[in-house]
Amino acid sequence: MANLRVNFAGVAFETPVVMASGTFGFGREYSEYLDLNELGGICVKGLTLRPRAGNPPPRIAETPMGMLNSVGLQNPGVDAFIRDELPFLRQYRMKVIANLSGNTVEEYVAMAEKLSDAGVDILEVNISCPNVKAGGLAFGTTTEGARDVTAAVKTVSRVPVMVKLSPNVTDIVTIAKAAQDAGAEALSLINTLLGMRIDTRTRRPILANNFGGLSGPAVLPVALRMVCQVARAVDIPILGMGGISTGDDAVEMLLAGADLIGVGTACFVDPLAPLHIKNQLWAYLARHGIAAVSDLTGRVELHA
Amino acid sequence: MQRQCDIITAQQLTDHIHAITLDAGDIGLAARPGQFVHVKCGDGVLLRRPISICDCREGYLKIVFEARGPGTQWLGEKKSGELDILGPLGRGFDLAGRNVLLVGGGIGVPPLLYAAREVIGIATAILGFRSADHVILQSHFREICKRVTITTDDGSFGEQGFVTGPLEHHLKQGGYDSILACGPTPMLQAVAALADTYNIHCQVSLEERMACGVGACLGCAIETNDGQMLRVCKDGPVFSATEVF
Repeated sequence: MANLRVNFAGVAFETPVVMASGTFGFGREYSEYLDLNELGGICVKGLTLRPRAGNPPPRIAETPMGMLNSVGLQNPGVDAFIRDELPFLRQYRMKVIANLSGNTVEEYVAMAEKLSDAGVDILEVNISCPNVKAGGLAFGTTTEGARDVTAAVKTVSRVPVMVKLSPNVTDIVTIAKAAQDAGAEALSLINTLLGMRIDTRTRRPILANNFGGLSGPAVLPVALRMVCQVARAVDIPILGMGGISTGDDAVEMLLAGADLIGVGTACFVDPLAPLHIKNQLWAYLARHGIAAVSDLTGRVELHA
Repeated sequence: MQRQCDIITAQQLTDHIHAITLDAGDIGLAARPGQFVHVKCGDGVLLRRPISICDCREGYLKIVFEARGPGTQWLGEKKSGELDILGPLGRGFDLAGRNVLLVGGGIGVPPLLYAAREVIGIATAILGFRSADHVILQSHFREICKRVTITTDDGSFGEQGFVTGPLEHHLKQGGYDSILACGPTPMLQAVAALADTYNIHCQVSLEERMACGVGACLGCAIETNDGQMLRVCKDGPVFSATEVF
């Protein structure tokens, strides 16, 4: 019997399938479609210290095998999350990963304190949202920014700190190392790739924000490459995501170096995608006589 | 609910508008007027397409849609087989009222048919189209409405002009207690303004680009008059006009 359990930065996941932040809300909507106990965990919708209205519509544009979004971190704020959403999520066995974004290092620290006290399992420090002007990505594009935020959050967090990396950088490996050196216990990557689409009739961008983050099957190869590069440069576990929509995609992501895999946009197409991916992954292990999913992590054999 | 639904009939109504009737089982039985279904459109198109429910009887669900881009063009060419449907989704019309006015424009007309059926015999429909060759569903409305007025922009069918002309005429006569409207935003704004003038409750069905369709991704959020962000897919698509205009 193949084993899907994964120990990730000291946290025991029943399965490696985790819902990616921003695609699954706080779990309520999709709980009508699937049993959340079947999931390994959920990275909740990106939280900020105060409630945020997000960007004006349109926020969605379709692309070849993908989509752009410019939601812009619409969320009720960290206090409302802890009060109104966390108790709901706590009814399930899956791990709760709190995704947090700040405008300043102090905001990250304030949120990290509240969330780790509230009893989430992991903090996902978002330094990579492409859709907000201040904060977010501002910390994710320099080694200093990544280091400062990670180190500050580490001083207050009582749960493992995972840093979410942006692909919109020249060298993701240097940012990954800076986060590790500052004490990050895990990494998650990739966030969306910054892109745009233009309405040829009006000559205006489709998104009211002009630019947005690309996700979906189109980004899988970029995500695989970056996870592969980062995994070879760091010693901490990785939540790999970006365009995974089948069990085979998930196997690729694990082979590239991920310990857990994130599913996001695939859910918009098929709400049961995470369960299909989990079942296909299990079948792959069984078919190849692999005892544990962790035996796949990083086992790609690169050409010389 | 998500299920594979058999296509029972598929027909082209005008140059760009198509109708498909599905054996939608539980989805059809649960569907209410003003709700929509999220339709998977072929392998080359990633996101589902939100399409309003035009009519529904005993689990048989009819959608009427415009072939606008690659997704809906694929759907327009699909004449048989199955469709992958998610639904019924969203908050539909509140059908309370003894004398209901239905106001539709173009591809906003179809969802009003199901509303008319649920308040059979008491609705007055005012339906606007660009020209005679864009008119759809009028015989269906005539079967189940008390009165039907058709307008066309160019006067090639029915009354010449926009729906607001006959709407104001009806409102002046009085006796109506509810307006349900679906159509292009400028039309909805004009209808909402008249409803406000005559102090009649008005519900509008809105459209926005959507991803998940179930309220999780916040991709289709719009800002209300009091600054709240509401999801067209989950909090709508039907809103009280005073909330959004």
